[in-house]
Amino acid sequence: MTQPQKPKDQTAAIWRGLRDGAPFQLIVTPFAIVFGVVASEAGLDLMEVMALSILVIAGASQLTAVQLMIDQAPVFMVVFTSLAVNMRMAMYSAALTPHLGSARLWQRALAAYMMTDHAYALSAITFEKEADRPTAWKVRYYFGVMVQILPMWYLGTYIGAVLGNAIPPSFALDAMVPVAFIAIFAPALRTVAHIAAAFVAIVLALSLAWLPWSLGLIVAAFAGMIVGAEIERRKPELIS
Amino acid sequence: MISPEMPVWLVIAALAIGTFLIRFSFLGLIGDRPLPDWVLRHLRYTAVTVIPALVAPLLVWPAATGGTLDPVRLTAGLAALATGYLLRSTLWAILAGITVIAIGLGFAG
Repeated sequence: MTQPQKPKDQTAAIWRGLRDGAPFQLIVTPFAIVFGVVASEAGLDLMEVMALSILVIAGASQLTAVQLMIDQAPVFMVVFTSLAVNMRMAMYSAALTPHLGSARLWQRALAAYMMTDHAYALSAITFEKEADRPTAWKVRYYFGVMVQILPMWYLGTYIGAVLGNAIPPSFALDAMVPVAFIAIFAPALRTVAHIAAAFVAIVLALSLAWLPWSLGLIVAAFAGMIVGAEIERRKPELIS
Repeated sequence: MISPEMPVWLVIAALAIGTFLIRFSFLGLIGDRPLPDWVLRHLRYTAVTVIPALVAPLLVWPAATGGTLDPVRLTAGLAALATGYLLRSTLWAILAGITVIAIGLGFAG
């Protein structure tokens, strides 16, 4: 924490987070509904479906767990594979540490509970652009983003679990998920290094998709990060 | 259907604890100790690598079409990419993608 802040700035930080995060309600809600429908059709009761969304808060991982339980995979493999899908969040945790690391322990624990792709991507991009903001501002921004998205995640899951089949498949709610993720990273492709990193990650993710346990994702991401960082190290003039 | 034999609550508890520990890892243990420059330089590229790597297979082999390339979903993704890149706006990128989905699926009936 660099210096004490005026209360006005702190409220402004929460509002910035609320405003920047608001569009993601359009995306998170349908995704949550998809999960609720899939999980309840797989035979989970309402308590179990809600527990997954409230305790895990990771759609891709939750869908993976449900699919593997349907496939009768051994419990160890269900847990291991679903957690592997979440390993990318260790990278998010590391990337947020320079910005949120000096916050209080309970704030860091709460930030960890709320850490999703959206929370990370929006915050990392804002914090990188506005690196001089004090920790208290960044913490409030982060919570402003998530405090509106999480209730929609819970609510969407509930709606999906209760309505189930009543939602016509022509709504194609699943098609919104890739759009949401692309909308997060596309504005962040600011330099040649960012574009090259993303390109390498995409090509490797597609060519390594056959690897088990989401290993292709991890390898592709690491390779892309190395390419981006190398370009930045050798040609810093391209970055600023 | 999930078999009644499956210990669902055990899976939920393990996922909840495991996922929290993954998320808390660096944030909790490193705290405000400074990270070396070369680590920070790599971390600056996590958002533009992890998320594209996550999304590319979803776009090329969507589960909803049984894993075959779907022109509507692909066009929606490319529209979101181009709009987000050119306008530097997440909101417009989302709206562009949703518009393509709505029109494409409308025509498909």
